Amino acid sequence: MASLRCFLRSGKNAVTAVLRREFHGTPPAAVQVTVRDALNQAMDEELERDERVFLLGEEVAQYDGAYKVSRGLWKKYGDKRIIDTPITEMGFAGIAVGAAMAGLRPICEFMTFNFSMQAIDQVINSAAKTYYMSAGLQSVPIVFRGPNGASAGVAAQHSQCFAAWYGHCPGLKVVSPWSAEDARGLLKSAIRDDNPVVFLENELMYGVPFEMSEEVQSKDFLIPIGKAKIERQGNHITLVSHSRMVSLCLDAAAVLAKEGIECEVINMRTIRPLDAEAIETSIMKTNHLVTVEGGWPQFGIGAEILAWIMEGPAFNYLDAPAVRVTGVDIPMPYAKILEDNSIPQIKDIIFSVKKTLNV
Amino acid sequence: MRKMLTIISNVLRGSASRNGARVVVSARTYADFTPQATFDIKKCDLHKLEEGPPLQAMLSREEGLQYYRTMQTMRRMELKADQLYKQKIIRGFCHLYDGQEACAVGIEAGINLSDHLITAYRAHAYTLTRGGTVREIMAELTGRRGGIAKGKGGSMHMYTKNFYGGNGIVGAQVPLGAGVALACKYLGKNELCVCLYGDGAANQGQIFETYNMASLWKLPCIFICENNKYGMGTSVERAAASTDYYKRGDFIPGLRVDGMDILCVREATKFAAEHCRSGKGPILMELQTYRYHGHSMSDPGVSYRTREEIQEVRSKSDPISMLKDRMLSNNMASVEELKEIDVEVRKEIEDAAQFATTDPEPPLDDLCNHIFYNNPPMEVRGTNPWTKLKSVS
Repeated sequence: MASLRCFLRSGKNAVTAVLRREFHGTPPAAVQVTVRDALNQAMDEELERDERVFLLGEEVAQYDGAYKVSRGLWKKYGDKRIIDTPITEMGFAGIAVGAAMAGLRPICEFMTFNFSMQAIDQVINSAAKTYYMSAGLQSVPIVFRGPNGASAGVAAQHSQCFAAWYGHCPGLKVVSPWSAEDARGLLKSAIRDDNPVVFLENELMYGVPFEMSEEVQSKDFLIPIGKAKIERQGNHITLVSHSRMVSLCLDAAAVLAKEGIECEVINMRTIRPLDAEAIETSIMKTNHLVTVEGGWPQFGIGAEILAWIMEGPAFNYLDAPAVRVTGVDIPMPYAKILEDNSIPQIKDIIFSVKKTLNV
Repeated sequence: MRKMLTIISNVLRGSASRNGARVVVSARTYADFTPQATFDIKKCDLHKLEEGPPLQAMLSREEGLQYYRTMQTMRRMELKADQLYKQKIIRGFCHLYDGQEACAVGIEAGINLSDHLITAYRAHAYTLTRGGTVREIMAELTGRRGGIAKGKGGSMHMYTKNFYGGNGIVGAQVPLGAGVALACKYLGKNELCVCLYGDGAANQGQIFETYNMASLWKLPCIFICENNKYGMGTSVERAAASTDYYKRGDFIPGLRVDGMDILCVREATKFAAEHCRSGKGPILMELQTYRYHGHSMSDPGVSYRTREEIQEVRSKSDPISMLKDRMLSNNMASVEELKEIDVEVRKEIEDAAQFATTDPEPPLDDLCNHIFYNNPPMEVRGTNPWTKLKSVS
């Protein structure tokens, strides 16, 4: 009956609905799943698993999500659990935090993390610090999620990366998935975590399909927060990255492989707590490090990684100074040629690798 | 002769052991105390309401004595904090509540402990009404391990069950309170949230955002503006284009209440609670009250208002005196009885202060604990790369 109604709604929605119905039936060995659908399924499963979980944000309910990440959830769970808010970030973020304090498990969506700046006091002062200030009396099980960083043609006010800002604060866990598997496993972990988690998605990754194994499709598939993943093994140099830049690192690695340079590509998965050990272990093997991020250079993710390496055991294994590949230190321009040159491109990574390796 | 002396001495000993006049007087007037009386209370100004709280309030002897004791405990506790601050045993921020006691006690009298409450930084009194003890409050102020937040929160960050602090950022507690109310509605337990803020915070944008959502979603939230006439050093006339704080909720019904009269506050709170519990959505109360101290201990409080003004409120509208006068003039308690309560309260405060000054500070091992809940133990970086500190949930 539900699928009949789906069919009558609209063609596109119907197709997706059918695909999903098939999906929840008997999943085949491995499937292609977009990051968007992985997030959607993760939220769906967690909403079903725990009654206290609910989603609030702008356009998450009746609009199916500004980027369609919450598609179908309102139809399934209704007004009580999928809540459309007015355009008042500070207010609804505070409401979400209060609800978490009183026993619920909210997922608070920011349409993009740029708007989270309006609510950043609630994220930091009301959510992150409370467990500590109360000496363990008051926990805040909340997830703040939404797209982060540069998109395409949205200009300066809509393109900032907040990984470094949130990564700075104790009391927060900050997560930055790359693949569909990351999105699924990390979002589930974030929702089940009893602490405030900032979940940084990427709009340009939403539509990208990834292969998802049967194991990853299981309802209790979780990726632990705080553990990086080696996406590609290599011996000559370590590339450390998060979110969309992991794709660029892998592409750069493929090009470099043809010239006999084997890059080890680490997908951070979590910004805070930083998995320094994974990076150190890799450097002890490759002796070279290049970090790649979309955000600005000063006081950023790469800056932090480099500082860790300087202070830790891996420093003595470096054969060359570690360097960062970052976004250009400017507000994001609009014109395509300018925008393209404001963020790292594959050639920038290749160039930095060769300079570091002195080839 | 000896027999007569024995008889006389027996009689004298007998009367001496009875503790003389005191026992006799109490025994006589105990039976004479009025068990309950009805008092006229000020009418509340109403906004978008057809009817307001009743114009009369009943007060039983037990209630009266309990309110008196609690208000006196609050008063003495705040004055002791003042003393300890001047001795530099309490440091940092210390925002005192003396003068406003009727608000905290009256509100609690109008709700249940199973309801929820959140306020800003002038929070010591609410920590008490919500179940904290004077000992743990004072020890938190002095930053000791016996403090209600183990010394890690301080004056502005005290929590108990169903009491969400103690919040330092002006106005931020209001959306939080509405969130608690959302949880109340979601979980269907017929509980509500009392959400307090001051006249200074009342101009914050996030409060209006909260009014909007609370009203849209009919959240069981009582917004209470404690208007003590000054936001730090700025009088209400200089801060707000409209000082009718009970009307500022616009589409939210509101009442303006005499915040110095505990019965007024209690009746208004009961009225507001009934409104929320019946599913009508949020309601707003403005309590007109006054603080004797400055904004905080670093503010003498006399550069923006006159000593005469403070003295006038003390002599004419003090909440504790008002209750005391009411009870005495209606024969609901005796002077001695109330004095006895004063003595007991003083002792309680002294004991608490003694504890608060002698309890040891938190152990350094506790420094990095309580970052995350339900988390395996982890390492936290110290001030230098070689210092790795242990952190447990």
